[in-house]
Amino acid sequence: MSVLPDRYEMVIGLEVHTHLKTASKLFSPAPVQYGKDPNHSVHPIDLAMPGVLPVLNERVVELSIRLGLAIHATVNRYSVFARKNYFYPDLPKGYQISQFEEPIVSEGWLDIDVEVADDGQSVSAGTGKGKKKKKGAVPTLERKRIGITRAHIEEDAGKSIHDISIAGSDDSCIDLNRAGVPLLEIVSEPDMRSAQEATAYLRALRSILRYLGVSDADMEKGQFRCDANVSIRLRDAPEFGTRTEIKNLNSFTNVEDAIEAEALRQLELIEDGEDIVQATMAYDPERHRTSVMRLKENSDDYRYFPDPDLIPLRIDPAHIAAVREALPELPEEKRNRFETEYALSAYDADVLTATRALAEFFEATAKGCGAPKVAANWITRDVLREIKERECELEDLSLTPEMLGKLIALVEEGRLTARSASQLFPYLVSDGGDPEALMVERGLEAVSDVGAIDGFVDEVISANADVVQQVRDGDDKPLNFLMGQVMKASQGKAEPGQVRKALAEKIRG
Amino acid sequence: MGQAESLLAGGLAEIREGLDRGDATSSEIVEASLARIEKTAALAVVVSTRAESARAEAEAASKRIAAGQALSPLDGIPVLLKDNIVHAGEPATCSSRILENFISPYDSTVAERLQAAGAILVGRANMDEFAMGSSTENSIHGPAHNPWKLDHTCGGSSGGSAGAVAAGLVPIALGSDTGGSIRQPASFCGVAGLKPTYGRVSRWGLVAFASSLDQIGPLGRRVSDCAAALQVIGGHDPRDSTSVPELLPSLGGALTGNVEGLTIGLPEEYFVEEGVDPAVLARVRDAIAELEAAGAKTVPVSLPNSPHTIATYYVIATAEASSNLARFDGVRYGRRADKVKDLEDLYMRSRSEGFGAEVKRRILLGTYVLSAGYYDAYYGQAQRVRTLIRRDFERAFETCDVIATPTMPETAFALGAKADDPLSMYLSDIYTVSANLAGLPALSMPCGLADGMPVGLQLIGKSLDEATILRVGDALERRTDHHAARPPEIA
Amino acid sequence: MPGIAPKDVAHAAKLARLALSDKEQAAMAKDLEGILGHVESLNAVDTEGVPPTLHGFELSTPLRPDTPVEPMDPALAVLNGPASQGTAFLVPKVLEEEE
Repeated sequence: MSVLPDRYEMVIGLEVHTHLKTASKLFSPAPVQYGKDPNHSVHPIDLAMPGVLPVLNERVVELSIRLGLAIHATVNRYSVFARKNYFYPDLPKGYQISQFEEPIVSEGWLDIDVEVADDGQSVSAGTGKGKKKKKGAVPTLERKRIGITRAHIEEDAGKSIHDISIAGSDDSCIDLNRAGVPLLEIVSEPDMRSAQEATAYLRALRSILRYLGVSDADMEKGQFRCDANVSIRLRDAPEFGTRTEIKNLNSFTNVEDAIEAEALRQLELIEDGEDIVQATMAYDPERHRTSVMRLKENSDDYRYFPDPDLIPLRIDPAHIAAVREALPELPEEKRNRFETEYALSAYDADVLTATRALAEFFEATAKGCGAPKVAANWITRDVLREIKERECELEDLSLTPEMLGKLIALVEEGRLTARSASQLFPYLVSDGGDPEALMVERGLEAVSDVGAIDGFVDEVISANADVVQQVRDGDDKPLNFLMGQVMKASQGKAEPGQVRKALAEKIRG
Repeated sequence: MGQAESLLAGGLAEIREGLDRGDATSSEIVEASLARIEKTAALAVVVSTRAESARAEAEAASKRIAAGQALSPLDGIPVLLKDNIVHAGEPATCSSRILENFISPYDSTVAERLQAAGAILVGRANMDEFAMGSSTENSIHGPAHNPWKLDHTCGGSSGGSAGAVAAGLVPIALGSDTGGSIRQPASFCGVAGLKPTYGRVSRWGLVAFASSLDQIGPLGRRVSDCAAALQVIGGHDPRDSTSVPELLPSLGGALTGNVEGLTIGLPEEYFVEEGVDPAVLARVRDAIAELEAAGAKTVPVSLPNSPHTIATYYVIATAEASSNLARFDGVRYGRRADKVKDLEDLYMRSRSEGFGAEVKRRILLGTYVLSAGYYDAYYGQAQRVRTLIRRDFERAFETCDVIATPTMPETAFALGAKADDPLSMYLSDIYTVSANLAGLPALSMPCGLADGMPVGLQLIGKSLDEATILRVGDALERRTDHHAARPPEIA
Repeated sequence: MPGIAPKDVAHAAKLARLALSDKEQAAMAKDLEGILGHVESLNAVDTEGVPPTLHGFELSTPLRPDTPVEPMDPALAVLNGPASQGTAFLVPKVLEEEE
């Protein structure tokens, strides 16, 4: 359900700054390290000492090309580093080396899948897992293409930390560990029309970055920072409305909530007949409100000019081709392949390709048990539930694809009931082990002995005479209840197929 | 005068010979240098010395030389660094209040290479603040005085380096040249000074003024001294992205003394009588005639965009400088104003108190030409005209091997004479800035006196062809004795 | 664009974080006007189709391998600092705080 009345739509563009996964910085050989004490990871270049000079890190070029190719963009063979001049204590040189008129990557796109409700509106994705869904309901996904205007290389600034515990609460501490870390700034077209589309885009982008090893994109470490440009307009308006920029959004939930809060704020102003003023906004998650951080009317004159200390970046087509060759399978390629190769739903394919690790886990399991759809169910339902409840990562589970594959195979072979398999599952997750051995150890082998099954069925029939009569009279529904009773009596071990057969025969002859 | 003192008064060749023959030790030479620096303190050409360290290094050099293990032709030789070339653990004031207490935590490439070659860095030379100026009058250390006439300037911005060599304090000093800052003082002080091809000498550790124009270069008594120094400091450096990959040829080997068949281009725009001291022009013409007598030919060439070089230079240089000097903000090093109220106050007062008037003037001009609305008309246009200036030289060099011009239209002016007229100071760079704009190597060498003051001949070479201009200069030196002249006012 | 008004000087001064007294501002405006007057001559030069010289040479992009070095001694990093707290530089409170 959209937060805006039907006659309005919101227009969203996103700017993402992502830390490139390199060992050393963009223009200095200092190591990229997180969580260090102030200025413990710097070089004279990072401190802008008099006389220092920048030299470009070759891995930054490599990773930027990878990302450009993955978003179907043009990797520009000629791009220029420019100085963006302004004064700020976390900007040691008094300018940032960035790319202005000629960036390394331009004009790309990526596809997102957004859940739509029956009324066609996007559904809040929220944090994803654990959301209440109708049992067994598969959400409808709509695919949409989001344009990416450009991606360019620039250096990160340091940090200013205001710590009241430091003597002189009127001071800030400047730490330049982060100064000079390589960033890729990825700018989308204003193609998103809902906060859910925005988070879907961010997830897809982050997934690509991680899949390619271009960035770890850990939001908590500040490796994936998002600014949202938001405006609203009447649906048939030819022009975009005035937009504001929301900065410092540090979680997907905040991105979604902030966008909606800002859209509502703008709606209120417009309905009151007021103009939207271009501004930089901050979002307060406690009060779910955006507020003006600073006005943009007299924006800084950055006096961009090509950096005379650096030579323009010239990239060989052969180099681009080599990077393309070496690209791993991208999330959307994998998604499509899972749909066709394993006959999975778009939704399942989406969930299973969320991370490369999960996708690989699924494929190994599917290969092991030969039943990909069953494997998909187990993983999307049970494995992800375990991860959520234990608040850990996939690799922290003792469960391996081999173990899960074997477990599923046992059920497929009829040697273990699904219910019994569910009982074994938590043990495999916490301690691992051989599913077959565990099955035997706990006496959970399916009972398929005809005699034994007959015994349970007879027991249940005699205990539920009136229900049995209903079935005899032609009502099929209570059969499930009777099935359940047999399973209960057999402690879940009776092989369901045989139970059904026996029940049908005994009741209806 | 003792042996060491008399060798020092000679120059690099004399000192080297004396050291190798055992007539004096490096320790004695360095001691003589330090003593002479102290004696001539009133010249204000040297702003600081590192006597203790220099003595220790000289001792080690003395031992090496005694054992016949000299590291290079510069082993044991005292050298000065211009105060904008950093040296680890040593001050680098750039003659500015804003860096008056700054100690560099790292080494420049040229300092590293000099020390690896055994040279003894005895101290640091006076300069115009942040290399902005043509007189070494814009300095917190006071103006440098020309050894030839004490109430006249040494020129700038490497005035201290030139004056120190002229006064015989050291045989070699390093300077930096952005629009003529090595050549102009060399000309005013009667010494040789070389601005290499852009990218020939690493800028790692040179406090940047205008990044696309700056080059470090040597000053010495003789052209061959400059060749020896360039051999040590020049060559590719991976720490400088604008450093050329080409190897330096053997420069000593290039000094054959032969200019037979060489063609010297004389740009008609540089040899007009208007605005030039006729005595200066006469000395320069004499020098060229000398080269002709030695077998060189002269041809007229044209550099039609010459009238635009000053404007082009000042737009580009100040634009780059305004950005390069933004780092001087009182946050991480350098002078911070007292009792700052807030961040804005910190910036405003630290910078305003820290920079002199000339630096402020150039920062303002540079900021202006880069600002929104003006970029294309000024900076953009200047960079395009720069291309035209480069092409002028390319065309000229199709018909000649080197280009000869006066270095300056005048000899050294009196201290304070141009203080109130910055524009006139800028306009006197007319012959020197073009080589920086085109990135070409250029040498200034003494070619006689006019009214008792040194005159400089400038030789501009093709890109990466320091060897030829050094050869021509050296050939001229062998046939004349201008380099032997000594300032009368200094004992 | 002939000349440079004192307000242009004031704007440039603000961008460059230089505080000028009224007297200095007027003096600078006069100096800069003289210099700019000379610079105006560039406008007359026909540069149609002429590319700018960004660098002296057509060098290929110098690249550095992604090999980190030992970080600088933090004590040395702040040694020249006018004000420091431990190994961090101190400045008056920065109003817009960190992301």
